[in-house]
Amino acid sequence: MLFLLAGNSYAAKEFSVPYPPFSPGIFPCMACHEGLDRNRNKRQLADMHQEIKIIRHGERWCYDCHDARNMDRLRLAGGKQIRFEESYHLCGQCHGNILKDWKKGIHGKRTGNWQGEKQYLLCVHCHDPHNPPFKPIRPEPAPVKPEKTLLNRQPTSK
Amino acid sequence: MKEESDINLTRRLLVKTLMAGAAATMLPLSQAYGAASAIDWAAFFQKRFQELTPQEIGRLIIRLEAKYKKTYGRDIKVKTTPPIDNVEFAYALNLSKCIGCRRCVYSCAQENNLSRKPHQIHYIRVLRFQSGPIDFEKAQHYYDPREVPETGYFYVPVQCQHCRKAPCVKVCPIKATWTEKDGTVVVDYDWCIGCRYCMAACPYKGRNFNWAEPQIPPEEINPNTHYLGNRPRMKNVVEKCTFCVHRSREGRYPACVEACPVGARKFGNLLDINSEVRQIIETKRVFRLKEDLNTDPRFFYFFHS
Ligand code: SF4
Repeated sequence: MLFLLAGNSYAAKEFSVPYPPFSPGIFPCMACHEGLDRNRNKRQLADMHQEIKIIRHGERWCYDCHDARNMDRLRLAGGKQIRFEESYHLCGQCHGNILKDWKKGIHGKRTGNWQGEKQYLLCVHCHDPHNPPFKPIRPEPAPVKPEKTLLNRQPTSK
Repeated sequence: MKEESDINLTRRLLVKTLMAGAAATMLPLSQAYGAASAIDWAAFFQKRFQELTPQEIGRLIIRLEAKYKKTYGRDIKVKTTPPIDNVEFAYALNLSKCIGCRRCVYSCAQENNLSRKPHQIHYIRVLRFQSGPIDFEKAQHYYDPREVPETGYFYVPVQCQHCRKAPCVKVCPIKATWTEKDGTVVVDYDWCIGCRYCMAACPYKGRNFNWAEPQIPPEEINPNTHYLGNRPRMKNVVEKCTFCVHRSREGRYPACVEACPVGARKFGNLLDINSEVRQIIETKRVFRLKEDLNTDPRFFYFFHS
């Protein structure tokens, strides 16, 4: 993953983030979209990407966020092209306060070093952009109750 | 691990014997232990960690690493990394985010070589509360639903709060536990006599006692350890969260910070205005648990989306 990050030209990036969570094999988009017409009309998709449903994220349509000129990029409301690694700018257009907190490390998750290099997870690492709320997960097992420990007591080495 | 309990036992016997004033009985005692079990006299006469010279520390580490090698059949590194200057650690936990998944609990157990079932030890206890004010009497921590978060509940993970006025440190009769320069409260397991005064004094249940020999499959041991932190412990000693002393003193985040899937856990240097914890304290409404007890914890909680 590091190699991938180093391999593409995001040297001047503002925050060090892991590779965006693309569905396997989907990126680069232009591998398929290169020769295709870009039909900008809002419609029900029939041939590809039907599984993508925009749920709980307002009335959105692909080209609100994906750049029709170059499908390997995203696009801000003002038309500016951005890379997937900088998608936080896109989210921040509506969620400005959260972006502000994310930049300070208050919202979101960081790994690595409290002092030194750290990685910032992108918004989309935790929130599916097409269906952002966090999905419930199975918790790890409850701790052993003390009385169980006593009942099952192993003879301890003397 | 056998020798360790013996040492604690012998230490107590010795104290007893001395108190009885029967110096004559000491000879048979020392002979009996010296001959019968491989009692480690170097360990027996070891001073408090804080009083050791660098040379003594060096010898101590060699002895410990050899002992762990024998016990676990693996090379276990025991570091003594000192605190970093101008650093005071603090922690902040976002209760609006925590989903009670216990990922932090188990990553901590793994990282810090905590005893596994049945004598299971956890440094982090995730309490579940019904929505509303925090009422400790109604907290549950054995909750076990199929999925979290559950509607109508919120979760409050509790671990050592690394108090500025730590009651546990005050009550220890032999100074086996103290606050380091960087604010972490640590235990010298080799010095702890297992009296558990500190556990009685802690209002957060932040301390755990090894009622039995800790049980960890050798292949699951984390070999990257610190003397004051996650090195393998023994029966009869108290242990607790050290903010992952073996990681944090090298600039890394504690294991629980990295394990939390929702990014509820924040850690850093309280003295650095740009650190995450400091930014939280500056800009969010933080609180601490049981503030009325005046323990002044370095562990902050806040609610923020
Ligand atoms: S891992 Fe994070 S979300 Fe899960 S219980 Fe721990 S603090 Fe809460």
